[in-house]
Amino acid sequence: MSAPAALAARRADRFLGLRVTPLTRRRLANFRANRRGFWSLWIFLLLFVVSLFAEFIANDRPIVVSYAGHLYFPVLADYPETTFGGEFPTEADYRDPYVRRRIEAQGWMVWPPIPFHYDTINYALRSPAPSPPDAVNWLGTDDQGRDVLARLIYGFRISALFGLILTLLSSLVGIAAGAIQGYYGGLTDLLFQRFVELWSNIPTLFLLIILSSFVQPNFWWLLGIMLALSWMQLVDLVRAEFLRARNFDYVRAARALGVSNPVIMVRHVLPNAMVSTLTFMPFILNGSITTLTSLDFLGFGLPPGSPSLGELLLQGKNNLTSPWLGLTGFGVLAVMLSLLIFIGEAVRDAFDPRKVK
Amino acid sequence: MPLLSVRDLHVTFDVPGGAVEAVKGASFTLDKGETLALVGESGSGKSVTALSILQLLPYPMASHAPSSSIVFDGTELVGAGETTMRDIRGNRIAMVFQEPMTSLNPLHTIEKQIAETLHLHKRLTPAAARKRIVELLRLVGLPEAEERLDAYPHQLSGGQRQRVMIAMALANEPDMLIADEPTTALDVTIQAQILKLLKELQSRFGMALLLITHDLGIVRKMADRVLVMTKGEVVEAAPTEELFERPQHAYTRHLLAAEPKGAPPVADPAAPTLLDARGLKVWFPIRSGLWRRVTGHVKAVDGVGFELRRGETLGVVGESGSGKTTLGLALLRLIASEGEIRFDGQRLDGLSERRMRPLRREMQIMFQDPFSSLSPRLSVAQIVEEGLKVHRIGSTAAERRALIDAALVEVGLDPDAAERYPHEFSGGQRQRVAVARAMVLKPRFVVLDEPTSALDMSVQAQVVDLLRELQRRHGLSYLFISHDLRVVRALAHQVVVMKDGKIVEAGPAQQLFAAPRHPYTRALMAAAFELEVVESAATAQ
Repeated sequence: MSAPAALAARRADRFLGLRVTPLTRRRLANFRANRRGFWSLWIFLLLFVVSLFAEFIANDRPIVVSYAGHLYFPVLADYPETTFGGEFPTEADYRDPYVRRRIEAQGWMVWPPIPFHYDTINYALRSPAPSPPDAVNWLGTDDQGRDVLARLIYGFRISALFGLILTLLSSLVGIAAGAIQGYYGGLTDLLFQRFVELWSNIPTLFLLIILSSFVQPNFWWLLGIMLALSWMQLVDLVRAEFLRARNFDYVRAARALGVSNPVIMVRHVLPNAMVSTLTFMPFILNGSITTLTSLDFLGFGLPPGSPSLGELLLQGKNNLTSPWLGLTGFGVLAVMLSLLIFIGEAVRDAFDPRKVK
Repeated sequence: MPLLSVRDLHVTFDVPGGAVEAVKGASFTLDKGETLALVGESGSGKSVTALSILQLLPYPMASHAPSSSIVFDGTELVGAGETTMRDIRGNRIAMVFQEPMTSLNPLHTIEKQIAETLHLHKRLTPAAARKRIVELLRLVGLPEAEERLDAYPHQLSGGQRQRVMIAMALANEPDMLIADEPTTALDVTIQAQILKLLKELQSRFGMALLLITHDLGIVRKMADRVLVMTKGEVVEAAPTEELFERPQHAYTRHLLAAEPKGAPPVADPAAPTLLDARGLKVWFPIRSGLWRRVTGHVKAVDGVGFELRRGETLGVVGESGSGKTTLGLALLRLIASEGEIRFDGQRLDGLSERRMRPLRREMQIMFQDPFSSLSPRLSVAQIVEEGLKVHRIGSTAAERRALIDAALVEVGLDPDAAERYPHEFSGGQRQRVAVARAMVLKPRFVVLDEPTSALDMSVQAQVVDLLRELQRRHGLSYLFISHDLRVVRALAHQVVVMKDGKIVEAGPAQQLFAAPRHPYTRALMAAAFELEVVESAATAQ
């Protein structure tokens, strides 16, 4: 390649539309070189994206209804029974044979592949709940007659979302706190460190158990409490990187240029800290998911009736004679956590400067 | 038969994206009692050659050609088994490395470190080993050897650590000593002492010495024969006298001509004062006791005063720990200091960070290490642009881009370089980027903190030329901090000599170099220019 051509290639080097440095390019290549992690990422993304559209996959309402020449989308909107010639002005129950007959007489409807919502109780079970897997309930039902597969899909979504949001927020808080401590050092660092030491000694589980006795914890409550107690994970890491980097010559040079402290922190020092932070993140994500699951298992987590992996495990424990409950919960958790660990390993490889091949 | 004979040595490293041939067919011999200097700039393959002799390269990533042969005292070393090599390493061939801080284990006392090699090769009992260690430490001139047995490396100075390294190397009376840049990390006066010590020890034990260095002054002083390497090839081999008198190869001539020469541009003695400092102090508190009370101070800079005129260079000379760098940082208000600093008539001390910011444009700094002074994740254009953005110079991106290109051209870089990242450049080019970063703001005063120390000789000369040219063109004032007196002579109009935070001598450069008055200055000059040890209280360690 001639010099101008090489230069053009360098100018054009973009990834997902972002300008990438040759260093980033090498990291992407390293990430890809870890086949297991690379495929894990795709599989996890696929599962996650699919679960985001859970309403279209597992629902007790059809996706599209054609009735008397009109199209209706029950997934997106509520329609009273009267719309379909029923008698009550209440919300239509599409699983009701009466409603179903009326619609099919004057049109058609397209059902999701799994015709159950996570809270749909299947009254037409052939054996008492919990019923084993069959052609209707592919993974069986739980002890309240609800479809396990539908609950699994919604549960996966909640776990993954909870984990991602918690990881993102606690990383942001942790990085900011660590950055301020490390960059300013001295008294700021000393006071902050003592505070972090005290704060990190608060036992999360007990606090949640106490709280759950006077508030009904929901998704956001849990997120807030866990965020307040889990942001310390990255502080030490980021603080150490900032302590090291604040005396680098290029940071001094930036100060000599008159660059303000916040800009120096973000532009010159933060990229150093991002390597260790990004390497750590998949493991924080795993930790968050596990914590939510264990809270649900203990019954101090999401409100009763919410689809959650922990609750499924609890049912598995309570119904040892119905092994599909426990096995399913275990299988999904094991796969999800393994995928995330594999991704984490690949990320670690990508940032390892000594990695040759 | 020579003690060591290397024939057709090839070293190839397998790296992702192909193989790199670090040494291409080097051949040489070394006799007992002889000193052979291996000279070349960084990347020339001299250290790799030395490591091949001890078979210490990262095999199998590194490999030798089948025709390569290294015969030491009748034993073939290429491909020799670990047992054979272990018997030779540290026993028959010993090595002294460049950086004494990282080549000693920080967690072991010096007794333990020296005892290790004695135990491995000689199987001495602890008591016998202890006696031998004291003997060795006395031999290498470590004062109070017995009391220092329990010292850890961080409790010793750089020169003392290097003496310990040499004691370790000599422990088993090797036939051959490989010294890889043994004095590069040391101050000039210590360098002279270590070189003297090596020479004495060599004549006493009749060792062969393979000296790897980039410093031609050391070569001339120490070596019997010289081997010049560049890009992995030996381009010239000759007795020392002959090489310096009649260099044959173009590269050798280039190397010999590369010493920083010339004089600073003529300065106007009537020019107004740009910067002056009076009674400048930087004291770091020492705290101790339960309440961390201040019990004393490390006086890094202790009552320093000087005046710098427009268009002039003030050379600040001194050994490590003398407070040179601290002085530079204090002048730019990058660390807290006491005392008066006046820039162009305006008092700087006591200005807040915000009030200081507009003045930052006028005063810039350039650092020693070209690798750490540029943000690795920013392109050259972004690095140079940063100052322009802070000071709101150039309202549009295109305007700033034109200024960046002009600055890059001025320091001798291709404007196309702007889109590249620091790691794609050599050390000298990076220093040019650092100069461009400072120059794009059109400053009037620049602190140059050892800007040439980390560079190869020939690159040093180029950077010195560039700095001189910029000074002439823009009437810049420099504060030039260096331990290298040759570079200072080529750049400075005025010189101050610092020792322990105080100025011991100051004056016009020519006068000071011609007739140094203070004994410390004299010792420094003798060590730097003649590599001689001047025994005096001033240099005592």
